[in-house]
Amino acid sequence: MLKIKNLHASVEGKKILKGVNLEVNAGEVHAIMGPNGSGKSTLASVIAGKEEFEVTQGSIEFEGEDLDETSPEERAHKGVFLSFQYPVEIPGVSVTNFMKTAINESRKAKGLEDMPAKEMLKLIREKSEMLDIDRKFLSRSLNEGFSGGEKKRNEIFQMAMLEPKLSILDETDSGLDIDALRIVANGVNKLRSADKATILITHYQRLLEYIIPDFVHVIHDGKIVKSGGKELALELEEKGYDWLKQEATV
Amino acid sequence: MAYTEEELKKELETKEYEYGFYTDIESDTFPPGLNEEVVIAISKKKEEPEWMTLWRLEAFKYWKEMKEPEWANVHYEKPDFQAISYYSAPNSKPKYDSLDDVDPELLDTFKRLGISVDEQKKLTGVAVDIVMDSVSVATSFKKTLGEKGIIFCSISEAIREHPELVKKYIGSVVPKRDNFYAALNSAVFSDGSFCYIPKGVRCPMELSTYFRINQAGTGQFERTLVIAEEGSYVSYLEGCTAPSRDENQLHAAVVELIALDDAEIKYSTVQNWFPGNKEGKGGVYNFVTKRGICEKNAKISWTQVETGSAVTWKYPSCILKGDNSIGEFYSIAVTNNFQQADTGTKMVHLGKNTRSTIISKGISAGKSQNSYRGLVQINSRADNARNFSQCDSLLMGNECGAHTFPYIEAKNPTAMIEHEATTSKIGEDQIFYCNQRGIDTEKAIALIVNGFSKEVLNKLPMEFAVEAQKLLEISLEGSVG
Ligand SMILES: Nc1ncnc2c1ncn2[C@@H]1O[C@H](COP(=O)(O)OP(=O)(O)O)[C@@H](O)[C@H]1O
Ligand SMILES: [Mg+2]
Repeated sequence: MLKIKNLHASVEGKKILKGVNLEVNAGEVHAIMGPNGSGKSTLASVIAGKEEFEVTQGSIEFEGEDLDETSPEERAHKGVFLSFQYPVEIPGVSVTNFMKTAINESRKAKGLEDMPAKEMLKLIREKSEMLDIDRKFLSRSLNEGFSGGEKKRNEIFQMAMLEPKLSILDETDSGLDIDALRIVANGVNKLRSADKATILITHYQRLLEYIIPDFVHVIHDGKIVKSGGKELALELEEKGYDWLKQEATV
Repeated sequence: MAYTEEELKKELETKEYEYGFYTDIESDTFPPGLNEEVVIAISKKKEEPEWMTLWRLEAFKYWKEMKEPEWANVHYEKPDFQAISYYSAPNSKPKYDSLDDVDPELLDTFKRLGISVDEQKKLTGVAVDIVMDSVSVATSFKKTLGEKGIIFCSISEAIREHPELVKKYIGSVVPKRDNFYAALNSAVFSDGSFCYIPKGVRCPMELSTYFRINQAGTGQFERTLVIAEEGSYVSYLEGCTAPSRDENQLHAAVVELIALDDAEIKYSTVQNWFPGNKEGKGGVYNFVTKRGICEKNAKISWTQVETGSAVTWKYPSCILKGDNSIGEFYSIAVTNNFQQADTGTKMVHLGKNTRSTIISKGISAGKSQNSYRGLVQINSRADNARNFSQCDSLLMGNECGAHTFPYIEAKNPTAMIEHEATTSKIGEDQIFYCNQRGIDTEKAIALIVNGFSKEVLNKLPMEFAVEAQKLLEISLEGSVG
C-alpha cells in the first residue's frame, strides 16, 4: 500500500529526514518509535503532503502511485489520514460541520453527490457511540477549548468517519488517561481490516499493549535504525533508546 | 389577493425575488454637474411638492459650505462632484446583444452565486424579453401588506402619497447638515424606499429591496425611511450585487430608522458592490449615513455583511433615547486586494437602562485596510446603561491591515462598558489540517471565515445568511497563496 524509498526531507534548509525506507501493506499495523525530535512527526507530515517540507530525495508511493505531485487534499481523497499530534483549533466551526464538509469534499472529488443528511446523521451516531463520544461534544467548535484527551478522541472520531485506507496516528496516546486510551485503542482495533493499514507513532509502548503491531520500527536522527516484531517495543521499554543511538553511530 | 404562507415561501425561494434588481428602462440622463437648477430639476422629475423642493435646496445650501470629511482611515481620489450626473431614469436599452459580450469573470461570479442565465442577462444589461417592474419586485407584496396598513413603496411615491409622514420624519434622525454626504444626499437623492408599520402590527414578511447601480458615471443617492409605530415589528433587508465597472462610482445613501415606543426594527444589509479589480482600479465609493432612533423600550438591530466597494465609510448608529431601549450592531466587513473599509457604529445612550451590543468582525486579505471605528456614548442622565463591544479581526497574509478605534465617552458613573478585541491570522497549520481532511485551500478559508463570522451570520434571516456565506467565499477567493 505504502512504499517509502530513501526519503530525504528538509525544512528551511535543515535536513530532517535522511533516508527513510518503509513498506506498509494492507492489513498491517506498524509502530514507529523513537526519541523526541527524531523526525516522527515530520515523516507523518511528509506522507500527508505538507508543503512546508521539501522532499529532496527519494519517493513515496501510495497504492502504486507516486505522490510527489499530489496535493494534501488529493492524498486525503485517496485515503491517507493523519491524526495530528497537535490538532489545531478552528473557532466557530463545529465538529459536525467540519466532518460534513470533509466527507462531502471527498465525495465531490470522486464525482459523488453530497451525502444525504439522514445518512450523515446515522454515520455520526454510529461512530460517536463506538468511541463513547457525547453528542453535545460534536456541536462544539473544532478543538477550541478541548482538553488534550478530547482533541485526540476527536481525531479518532474523524478517522472513523472518513474510513481511510492508511491511518497515521501521531502520538494519539499522549494526553489520554487509561480509560480514554482503552476506548481509542478499541476504536482503532474495530477499524482494523484486511484492506486497511495503520502507522502508530508513539514513544511509549503503553499503546502497543492495546493495539498489537505487526512491526515496530525505531527512528533516530531521521533514519529508521532498527525494525522488528512487537517484541522490539518491549526491548525498548526495558533498555531505552541509548543503545540504539550508539549502535547507529557505530 | 392575499398570500398564503406557502405561496410566500415559494416566492421567497425563487431567485427572482432574491435578486429583484432594477431592470433598465429607457431613460433620460441629466448632463453632469450640480447646482440649484439641477436640484430643482430632480424634484420636478419626481413630481414633488414644493416643501420637498425647498427642503432639498436648503440641504444643497448647507452642502456647498461643507467639506469632505478626512478623518476616516481611507485614502482615495476625491470625486469631482461636477463630473457626476445626478439624475438618470432607468434605461431599457440593452448594453449588449448577448452574454458572449459580457466580461467572463463577472459571469463566472454570477454563476457561482447561483444566478440563473436569465438573471445574468438582466444584471449585465443583456437584452431580455421579460419586462420587469422597475421599482422593486417587492411591489407584488404590496397588497398583502396593504391589508395590514403597512406602507412599503419608493420614497418618491411616499412623498407624493404620504406627504404628512415623510414631512414629519425625513431628516429627523439624520439632519440635512449632519455631514457632507448626508447633505449631498438630502439635496439630490434620486430614489430609495419608504416603509411604515402601523401601531401594534407585526410585519408578516421580511421586506426586501435590492438596489443596483444602473449606469456608469451616475452617482447613486438613495434615501430610506423606516417608521415603526408603537409596538410594531419589521425586518428589513437591503442588498445589492456587483455589476463590473471600470470607473469610480460614488454612492452616498442615507437610511433613517424610527422605532417608536415598544417597536422593533431589524435592518439587515448585504453589500457587494464592485470593489475594483485586482490592481485596485475602479470600484464603488460607498459613503453611507445610517442611523436609527429608539423611543421607550424600543429596539433597533443593524446587521451588515460588507464585502464590496473600493472605499467604504459607514457607521450604522443607534440613538437610545427612550428608557430601556436596545441598540445592536452586528457586522462583518471583508476587504481584499486594494479595498479600504472604515466602518463601525455609534451607540448613543440617552435614556435610563439602555443597552447596546456591538459585534464587529473584520476580515482583511490582499493589500486591503480594514478599520473598525466605534463610539459608545453614555449621557449623564442614562443611569444603568450597558454596552458590550467585541471587535475581532482576521488577517490573511502579511500585506493587509486591521485597525480598531474604539471611543468611549461615559458621563454617568453607573455605566457598565465592556470592550473585547482580538486579532488572529489564518494559519498555515489550520489550512493544512483542513487539506489533510480532504478540504482544499479555497474551501478551507471559506470554512474558517464562516466560523469566524458565525455570530453575525446567525443574526441574518435564513435566506440572506446563505447568500452572505457565498459572498464571503467569493470575495476572498485567491487571497491566500
Ligand atoms: N517547521 C519546522 N521548522 C524547523 N524545524 C522543524 C520543523 N518541524 C520540525 N522541525 C525539527 O525537525 C526535527 C524533528 O521534529 P519532529 O518530526 O517533530 O520530531 P518528533 O515528532 O520525532 O518528535 C526537530 O529537530 C524539530 O525541531
Ligand atoms: Mg512528534
